[in-house]
Amino acid sequence: MIKRASNSDKNKIINRRLFILGSAKVGLLGLITSRLYNLQISEKKKYEILSDKNRFREWKTPPKRGVITDFYNNIIADNKRVYQVYLSLDEAKDFHSSIFKLKNIIGLSDDELSKIYEKRQKIKPWDTIMVSENLSWEKFSKLNLYLHEIDGVKPVLSTSRYYPYSNDLVHIVGYVGEANADDILKNKKIEENFVPGLKVGKIGIENSTDQILIGKYGIKRYEVNSSGKKIKEISYKKETQGENLRTTIDIEVQRLAQKLLDNKAGSICAMDIYSGEIIALASSPTYDPNKFIHGIKKKDWNEIKNNELRPLVNKSIAGLYSPGSTIKPLVALAALEYGIINPKLKVKCKGHEHPYELYGQKYHCWKKEGHGIMSLRNAIKQSCDIYFYEVARLLGVDKLSIIAKRYGLGSKVLENIFPEEKKGLVPSTKWKKQVLEQSWYLGETVITGIGQGYIQTTPLQLCLMTAQLANGGFKIKPSIIYNNNFNYEEILSKIQSEKNKPIEANILQDRNINLYEKLYKNSNNIEFVLEAMYGSTNEQFGTSFRSRHKDKKYRYAGKTGTSQVRRITEKERELDLDTSEIEYKNRDHALFVAFAPYAKPKYAISVLVEHGGSGSKVAAPLANKLIKKIIDRDKEREIKRKELKNI
Amino acid sequence: MISSSLNSSNYSFFDKLKSVDYFLILLVLLIGAISVFAIYSTESGDFSFYTKNHLVRLVAFFLLFLVLSFVRVSTWYRYAYIFYFLGLLLLLLVIFFGISASGSKRWINLFVFNLQPSELMKIAVIVCFARYYHRIQSVDIESYKYLMLPIMLLLIPCYLVITQPDLGTAILIAGSGIAIIWLAGLNIKYFIYSGLMVIVSLPFVVSILKPYQKSRILTFFNPERDPLGAGYQIIQSKIAIGSGGMYGKGFLQGTQSYLEFLPEKHTDFIFTLFSEEFGFLGSILLIFLYVLLIYRIIKIGFSCRSFFAKLYCFGFSSALFLYVFVNIAMVVGLLPIVGAPLPIMSYGGSSMLSIMIGLSIVMSCKIYSQEIVSN
Repeated sequence: MIKRASNSDKNKIINRRLFILGSAKVGLLGLITSRLYNLQISEKKKYEILSDKNRFREWKTPPKRGVITDFYNNIIADNKRVYQVYLSLDEAKDFHSSIFKLKNIIGLSDDELSKIYEKRQKIKPWDTIMVSENLSWEKFSKLNLYLHEIDGVKPVLSTSRYYPYSNDLVHIVGYVGEANADDILKNKKIEENFVPGLKVGKIGIENSTDQILIGKYGIKRYEVNSSGKKIKEISYKKETQGENLRTTIDIEVQRLAQKLLDNKAGSICAMDIYSGEIIALASSPTYDPNKFIHGIKKKDWNEIKNNELRPLVNKSIAGLYSPGSTIKPLVALAALEYGIINPKLKVKCKGHEHPYELYGQKYHCWKKEGHGIMSLRNAIKQSCDIYFYEVARLLGVDKLSIIAKRYGLGSKVLENIFPEEKKGLVPSTKWKKQVLEQSWYLGETVITGIGQGYIQTTPLQLCLMTAQLANGGFKIKPSIIYNNNFNYEEILSKIQSEKNKPIEANILQDRNINLYEKLYKNSNNIEFVLEAMYGSTNEQFGTSFRSRHKDKKYRYAGKTGTSQVRRITEKERELDLDTSEIEYKNRDHALFVAFAPYAKPKYAISVLVEHGGSGSKVAAPLANKLIKKIIDRDKEREIKRKELKNI
Repeated sequence: MISSSLNSSNYSFFDKLKSVDYFLILLVLLIGAISVFAIYSTESGDFSFYTKNHLVRLVAFFLLFLVLSFVRVSTWYRYAYIFYFLGLLLLLLVIFFGISASGSKRWINLFVFNLQPSELMKIAVIVCFARYYHRIQSVDIESYKYLMLPIMLLLIPCYLVITQPDLGTAILIAGSGIAIIWLAGLNIKYFIYSGLMVIVSLPFVVSILKPYQKSRILTFFNPERDPLGAGYQIIQSKIAIGSGGMYGKGFLQGTQSYLEFLPEKHTDFIFTLFSEEFGFLGSILLIFLYVLLIYRIIKIGFSCRSFFAKLYCFGFSSALFLYVFVNIAMVVGLLPIVGAPLPIMSYGGSSMLSIMIGLSIVMSCKIYSQEIVSN
């Protein structure tokens, strides 16, 4: 009985304990359920986002660049198909054997091989590595034949920049290259659109118009696993191509200009004298921008870098030269405008035996025998230095400086397009005091009168100067990128109405002049100078007479210039060496500026041949051919202009 | 004696079949089926290694469960201590002949498969304690004489398992033993005192923990302290469960597991995978199946005549609850990650084996419910 009682006691205890334990279990179950509710119902959104963050990765795809054309839609910077080869590291069972087989099929150099091995160290083991960025079609098709034998190899069709006119436009268009840290820091648009492998403009228009050309990247969304390997593509937002860009360049003229400068160092510029549109901007020697796109080879780079004629410098805008006699029309104009001289002023040029003398210093004319008695027109036509020494002395450097700056010297012409563009230098007494902290000597004024001394100009500035004289003396703004809102007729009518406006009293002071306003006080002075330039080209004894066009259609007016690169000693003057007998780097620069057609001027040009010798012998003959081409193309340009207006 | 007439060992086979708890079998089969699908999903819907292995084990151990169900409960009683010491022996063998994996030595190579003796110990402790308290009168329980022995019997295997090291299983073994001591009716004050002692000795315990165990516990309190290291598992597990939402992502659609963000998805984190794919509703359903299973075992316990069977059933049900609770609480971030499988669901032969043996003893309690056990 005792046992029985104790057994029922034990039973009771067990049951009671079980009940307590059961209650605890219910409580714990409640805890788990509420936790699950919390995770899966209340905070579902949060965890869903975290889960998506886990499994989705976005890859940006580089946008296609906008195309650059010349004025006539000829593509000068294109996107072309390229054949590329990648190697997927996690698909290649044996990296070394895959690379070795690839090497044999597509022919990789040791240099390229070491680059590949270097890249491999930097990337993740499931990434792909670029083996060749630009493969020829033959090698690409050969590779496709052997594809099944090499694992992990991925042939890819891609696009890359291509410059169909290779050497002819590199100084204008520039080239693209892989974006680096500097590019990203400098340009917000690049920063926004940065994608690994993005090509951006390195120099030239490609660089300065990146904003327009670059476009918008695409986004590929992939599902990835925990180790980052792509599992499948979820979505693909296509990239948008950058806007196309039209330049004002005429590729035909440009190519001719470039060809004329073959085997020379120099520059040729040509522009429309009303719109300021640059038709050609050649610089020589040149190089092939296509070599830079996929990273230039060391050998090619050294060849370009070590060339003494400096192909990397865009001489039209970044080359600085003394303008020489090409400045004489401007000196004459300044003297006439300020009423310092009368065109009838006579000065006698007596040759080297009786040079111009000032405070004991002797100044010679280029012509040994002397020009004899010169008037202003003759002095321009035959480019008499003695006459201009006298004019400059009478005029003074400060007045000359005002006029020179007004017609485009001493400041950047295109400003934002080419960061390497040079301002040049138009000296004045104030400038010398401020910068050199010295007072001005009259002798310096005298040589400035023939474009020597401190004065420094770029070929494009000389072209602009000539254009602003040729258009009758109106301020224009040169451009190289075509502006869709541009209306040629409107400019002409603006200039026409400006012509009839009264002349402002302070016109000759150092003041700012707005676009298409007149630069002159008396239009007769401009006409006088232009007429004298006509004489220089089209009349006997004119310095560019031998390069004239007899056909009225092509007839032009110009001014030669020969700029000394150093002071000529008495001894050398006596020797009177031929250009070919002087050491190359000591030879004079040959210059020529001109406008055409003379009857109804429309285009201005400047030609410069570094160390070419005399302007009349070397530079003017080039202008002859160039002007013919420009005038021949004029009609077509008119048609195209109308077509563009109607779009 | 009246008892002797009832103590008839001549149950007919038909009687035995009749008293089999078919509902219990149905529950085991249901959870087993779910587990196969879950393991199948861990392999992204590929019927390969894990799924095949799991299925084979499930079938084999389920058959074992059915066969062992017909072993008399008195036999279990008789061999209870032997079962315990066999388990202890195996644990000792692990120390000398065990094979190691990922830093711990837990397994014995049985050629057919690797046995984890600590899993068997989980059941052995329950059987052993049920027998121990079967005979002890309520009044004697409090005496130190009868208290010291079970504590020793519990501490030895726990120590052996902790040093493997396997904190999770040690906790489960200790928990199961304590549950039976509690059920047997030891005064509540002992539990309160020892609870306080544990808290007081916690700093000392922490100091002897392995670095990875410490980091797991620290990570439990703040998983973000090391999101790619120790905190990774729990963060990813919570993301998987949370993103499952009410209805889940669908069978084979669990991105967290399919894309391999989820660690140990076959074993300790199988609930996470299930919860990601079947959502809140699915999880509640699965938990409900476990609750039914536990309830059913308790019910069988009530129907048993002997204290041994009663204590075993109640003890095993509590242990089962503990396994389920610790595993789920762990993957939802309520407990530190200690490494405890989810019964039947998790991939792992030893765990499956021990659960099936445990269940077969329950079934035997049911079939021979009226048997009186004694030496």
